[in-house]
Amino acid sequence: MSVLTLDIVTRRRRRSGLGVLGWTSLAVVAVAVLLAIVGPVLRPFDPNLADLSFANVGAYGSHVLGFDGQGRDLLSRLMAGARTTLTGAAFVALVAIVAGSLIAVVTAWFGGVVDAFAAAVLDVLFAFPGILLAVVAAAILGPGLLSAGLALAVAYIPYVTRVLRGAALKERAMTYVAALEVQGFSAWRLCLRHLLPNISALIIAQGTIMFGFAMVDLAAISFLGLGVQSPQADWGVMISDGKSGLLQGYPLESLSAAVCIVAVVSAVTFLGERLEARAKESRR
Amino acid sequence: MTRFLARRTAMLVATMLVASFAIYGALYVSPGSPLSALTGNRPLPPEAKAQLEARYHLNEPFLVRYWHWLVSALHGDLGESIPLHENVSTLIGQRVGVTAGLVLLTSVIIVIAGVGLGILGALGKGLVDNGVLLASTVSAALPSFAAAVVLQFVVAVKLGWLPALGTGHGFADSLRHLLLPALALAATSVALVTRVTRAAVREETGREHVQTAVSRGLPWPSVVRRHVLRNAAIPITTVVGITIASLIALSAVVETAFGLNGLGAYLVQAAQNKDVAVVQGISLVLVLAFVLTNMLVDIAYAVLDPRLTLGGRAA
Amino acid sequence: MSALLEVSDLTVRLRLGDEQREVITGTAFQIAAGEAMGLVGESGSGKSMTAKAIARLLPLGARVSGRVTFDGADVLALHGAELRRHRARVAVVFQDPRAHINPVRRIDDFMTESLRLLDDVPRAEARRRAAAALEEVGIDDPAKRLRQFPHELSGGMLQRVMIATALLSEPRLLLADECTTALDVTTQAEVMAILDDLRRDRGLAMLFITHDLELAGAVCDRTTVMYAGQIVETRGSQRLHDDPLHPYSAALVQARPSVTATAPRLNAIPGRPVSAFEAPGGCRFAPRCPHAVDACRSHDQQLTALDGGWVRCSWAAELRGRLLASSPASSSGENANA
Repeated sequence: MSVLTLDIVTRRRRRSGLGVLGWTSLAVVAVAVLLAIVGPVLRPFDPNLADLSFANVGAYGSHVLGFDGQGRDLLSRLMAGARTTLTGAAFVALVAIVAGSLIAVVTAWFGGVVDAFAAAVLDVLFAFPGILLAVVAAAILGPGLLSAGLALAVAYIPYVTRVLRGAALKERAMTYVAALEVQGFSAWRLCLRHLLPNISALIIAQGTIMFGFAMVDLAAISFLGLGVQSPQADWGVMISDGKSGLLQGYPLESLSAAVCIVAVVSAVTFLGERLEARAKESRR
Repeated sequence: MTRFLARRTAMLVATMLVASFAIYGALYVSPGSPLSALTGNRPLPPEAKAQLEARYHLNEPFLVRYWHWLVSALHGDLGESIPLHENVSTLIGQRVGVTAGLVLLTSVIIVIAGVGLGILGALGKGLVDNGVLLASTVSAALPSFAAAVVLQFVVAVKLGWLPALGTGHGFADSLRHLLLPALALAATSVALVTRVTRAAVREETGREHVQTAVSRGLPWPSVVRRHVLRNAAIPITTVVGITIASLIALSAVVETAFGLNGLGAYLVQAAQNKDVAVVQGISLVLVLAFVLTNMLVDIAYAVLDPRLTLGGRAA
Repeated sequence: MSALLEVSDLTVRLRLGDEQREVITGTAFQIAAGEAMGLVGESGSGKSMTAKAIARLLPLGARVSGRVTFDGADVLALHGAELRRHRARVAVVFQDPRAHINPVRRIDDFMTESLRLLDDVPRAEARRRAAAALEEVGIDDPAKRLRQFPHELSGGMLQRVMIATALLSEPRLLLADECTTALDVTTQAEVMAILDDLRRDRGLAMLFITHDLELAGAVCDRTTVMYAGQIVETRGSQRLHDDPLHPYSAALVQARPSVTATAPRLNAIPGRPVSAFEAPGGCRFAPRCPHAVDACRSHDQQLTALDGGWVRCSWAAELRGRLLASSPASSSGENANA
């Protein structure tokens, strides 16, 4: 099995600057991160304060976006949801990246049996799509952000490892590594001081791309009711919560949350692909 | 070719063996007795508990139970759902049609729209190409659940052209019910396939052997068909296959969004109800479908590219 | 002999991003039916682009001016079916056969493609002709080769397939673009011999493009030397070799290791070759020419007739006979062979 590398896709105009799209993406990400940090404090109303008599009421006074299907302030829920959504995705990306880099460096360094064993395990893991793994995890551990996040992280590890292992192998084959090895430097030190830093640009790029994937998949799982649980504000949950309203002609709750997800994911993915293209270019 | 197929099949069997063990084992160690879901956590009299445990083979050692499960699974029997008192295979059989139909319809959309737009963008110039790029950029950013709510609201609620929910009866009605879900499921994949197709066709068009064909005075449509598309078919088939394989699990999201009575939605429901036998059974079926599709991609790749020494796919 | 191919005042500009880059400046030559002409120059001299212009294979966005006449037809004005017919009558043998033959189709398919598609020859008949053509270029067991894929054949074998294929469509002109450069020396000699024999047997005209002056001389009656998009000299091959008129031709002659004489060192041409768009005003070779004087740098040089050939150097008559004796000025210095 193999995953087509997406670098064909990203081969567009490559100039040194970020361009309009790049700056827009950066701005979107900055706003989202800011919201995740200060959103729960800045929000104008209590995101969990429900008043059914305001259910699906549109913009009203200081309630800029109006109310959701339970009569909660929509803007406050979106702002509070930013933190849940972004921390969840960050957690997944971090776990996948740390585990993936570790496996990549170790297998690239030792090769042989270690490499073959890891490859076999990862091959089986490839057979489990992230969503399926998350559903099974929910059945085992009960629904929740932790089980969903862990499952996704595990599902992403083979993808991260595959990309990073290639880069690590190339680095491993460099003559300077052999030279240092001959001088008696320990494997541990070489991996930590030379191998890892030299593939760090690619690691960061992969992390960014995985963050985008994680946001989409976590939202999907929350949408299925197996991730973040309902009264808590989260963009994925909001799409699912807003569905009954949407079918009655009040689409704002679902659509606003969907727009938030799409905007942030597009921005993150765009930046990630740019980082990846740059990392690959500089390695040439 | 025979050796390649044999090796590939052996790999498939090995993967499925490990995967089945993982699926069974993971759910086996899950906290909480399977009986508690049935009894609603009420304490049972010891003799009733023993009776139930004997009925569901709950007191036998793990490996024995796994072996029983695996052997019956190979005979098409995936055990019994404790809360529903029904055979899992029967439950799956009732729902597999919807999921298969959904994935099939989505695949058709992906191939026609994705490959078609990609070729159009690669061979067309200026406006056509930019239109294709824009369309693929927009749809690439639409995850299935977001596409689902947008389509439901616009096409079903506002325009009333297609139903928003449900499975439908009969072929034509089922197709009508499956159309929006398939479109939602296809959104991201169409974009990916479009981009890869466009890049592959572009790349092939610039190849030297295409120049040779032109230099021999062959008509451009023949050159495109016999050289550009034939060669671009190799990466396109790969990405289409991998994309379709990834849809199998994603169908759960769309089925839930559109209230379709399919395997994925049922898997989610079973996970919420801790219906272990059903989760195991459906997981096994979905993993098998995923692995089989990937194997077909590998075979297609080997058939399409004669340069391949049939040992494996070039990364 | 009336000219089969007539090129006059051909200028080609390529588009590179937003830039227009001139690669050929006012090239003119003729090839008669059955005649072989060598076109020699370093990389970037515009020799391959000349062939591409004749076969109308220039990349998209190229600007072409001047005139190319093939068998009475105005090549640059052709389009549609007529253009395709023109391309079919001008066969091209490219440098790298492995890149120029579709890797996923069988040799059979590659060879018979244009017969079947353009001339409606039935498959069995096309295959028979292909097998015969393979035998003509000295390939054993053609039936087996036809069933194979390109990656199963060696480079030399593939180039012979390419030549056999080119001859299948019974062209009147063969454009051989560095067709032996990618091959090793023995294979190169074999391929050259085959090419020469077949050409003579069929009375085919040939434009033989190479960077190797002696190779051109071995198969061509006449050789044209290009530098920075311009023709600098045209002469009979033997005379060009023995008595070059242009300092650049002389430098090319001397830069090649001689088989008979052992030289203490090879005479590399100082400086690096330039393309037309980066060439300086005045004589384009002046910066690398050991005989250049100030006037060379300030005045464009014209092609003038001299001793049955044409040369683009105002000092040609004066320098004649001294060119081969004198070694390039800076060869005594530290210049590296490029």
